[in-house]
Amino acid sequence: MDTHLIPGPKKRNAKAAFSQVVETLISAVIKAMGYSAVVFVIMIFYFLMSEGLAAVGEVPLNVLFSARWYPIEGYYGILPLISGSLLVTIGATLFAVPIGLATAIFVAEIAPRWMREIFKPVIEILAGLPSVVLGFIGIIALAPQLRQLFNLPTGLTALAGSILLGIIAIPTIVSIAEDALDGVPRSYRDAALAIGATKWQTIWRVTLPAARSGVLTAVMLGIGRAIGETMTVMMVTGNAPIVATGLGAIFMPTRTMTATIAAEMGEVANGSVHYHVLFLIGIILFLISLAVNIIASAMVFRVKKRAERILS
Amino acid sequence: MDFNISNKRFWAIIVTMLKLRFLISILLIGLLTVSCVSQSTGTDSPSNEQANAHIEVKGSDTMVNLALAWAEAYQKENAHISISITGGGSGTGIAALLNNTVDIANASRSIKAEEVNQALGQGIEPYEIVVARDAVAVIVNPSNPIDHLTMQQISDIFQGKYENWSELGGEDRPIVRVSRESNSGTHVYFLETVLRLGESENKALFHPNTLLLPSSEGIIAEVRDNPNAIGYDGLGYVTPDVKVLGIQPTPDTPIVIPSIESVSQGTYPIARELFAYTNGEPQGAIKAYIDWILTDPGQQIVEELGFVSVAH
Repeated sequence: MDTHLIPGPKKRNAKAAFSQVVETLISAVIKAMGYSAVVFVIMIFYFLMSEGLAAVGEVPLNVLFSARWYPIEGYYGILPLISGSLLVTIGATLFAVPIGLATAIFVAEIAPRWMREIFKPVIEILAGLPSVVLGFIGIIALAPQLRQLFNLPTGLTALAGSILLGIIAIPTIVSIAEDALDGVPRSYRDAALAIGATKWQTIWRVTLPAARSGVLTAVMLGIGRAIGETMTVMMVTGNAPIVATGLGAIFMPTRTMTATIAAEMGEVANGSVHYHVLFLIGIILFLISLAVNIIASAMVFRVKKRAERILS
Repeated sequence: MDFNISNKRFWAIIVTMLKLRFLISILLIGLLTVSCVSQSTGTDSPSNEQANAHIEVKGSDTMVNLALAWAEAYQKENAHISISITGGGSGTGIAALLNNTVDIANASRSIKAEEVNQALGQGIEPYEIVVARDAVAVIVNPSNPIDHLTMQQISDIFQGKYENWSELGGEDRPIVRVSRESNSGTHVYFLETVLRLGESENKALFHPNTLLLPSSEGIIAEVRDNPNAIGYDGLGYVTPDVKVLGIQPTPDTPIVIPSIESVSQGTYPIARELFAYTNGEPQGAIKAYIDWILTDPGQQIVEELGFVSVAH
């Protein structure tokens, strides 16, 4: 702000003044953009709350927390939707985390350089696959296979959704976990190998723990990616609102919160009870992903603190 | 080394392209906004200008192919009229009419009393026009030995009173119920006419494990593939690779197969009218379009697509 113009020829002076103006302008724009992200979050949160909290007053709580979701007849039980989202997300996590981490370890630690140069872009292409395409593959190829393999009444189940969501989450996990593993200093590995550790021992005992915060972030972002996904789950999970009561529920159709909002938002009239309940589901979804994010950053923070303690 | 330098150059080019892309996308967003604004001012007054009128149609997925065929043929004859068609379901179309964002809402069910009240509250007067008739076919997998059912049996199947095909004289297989989402007019029609057998005090509901699929294609795909499945869909959508069941209105009446003849004679029990709703009596370009639909060329298209003409 307080600049001292260097005395000199008039031409130069004007030039300096001009660049000064540009400078101020650019920093103002960047500042505004920086604030805008926060403003957007607050606005979205306010909007969700103002539209969704009305549902709590309009629908009795015992109806809201019942097991029947059939909004066109006034059944607004959201339990099957919450259980459906959790079921599919947990299934996707169980599927994606081992495969994602193993791929990341392979790409970062084991694969030769040329293979790595091929693997990383290919995995990132997987991330760019539109979810509707995956859903289509799920209907045509995956669901019939699952039905025959497990002898199920129908292949459109939570399991199909979990597998496809896992495929969606894998690139996120691989990409971030691989970066984290890559960031571990070479000297750590050299030291481990020098004292006689095998390659596997080095990976499991040294590299992976050193990259732990990044790996945890990768897993959490992968889960976040899975829980918010809509199109694929709407196409392959069958959308039947059943409350999951046991492990067998993974082999049954299920209905997630995201699919419910997507399928029904277009139909509701503004300001109706159904409309408010859909926003309430949006709030719950928002709170769940907020919790996932908070857990992720808390974990990263704790790991960092511990690492700092050791180093000091 | 050389590889490294060229790599850096490569990245510099990528970054420049990204920057450019950012600028271009801002420009595009700007252009789109401008064109949207000018378009919406165009639709606000469709009646005062006969030339270059734009008609916005939205609603029933059952009718979307029909609406597209009408629009295509009509625009061929009247080059100055542009018609845009969107699906999404009958409920979606009626909601859009209530929010005053469309000129014509297509619906495969009649408008509900609550919707009329809500419309009147918002200064909209829904005006109903019957544009075609349609049979809803009950379909099973071709390998299913059953080829006809009574209305009562179908109602009980979808309510979950039967769990296995052997209870109906079929193979020992679980029954998988397949339905459209609840924003579908076909869903509501099926609920009222089949599950509740047309009785207004009957409060029967679909069994919670009924699969709710977002599209007609999804239903056909599941029924075609899954020998356990039973579903329903507009006759115009039924493909030859699923089996259409004959229906007995009561156990001692003859079996009726859905067809143009049985619908126009009134013997097929699950036949309905397809509606177009406008805000008030149609005027100007919209009136001309509706009149064209109701007369010969329009009704010919109805028959070509497997629906039943209102002229019969």
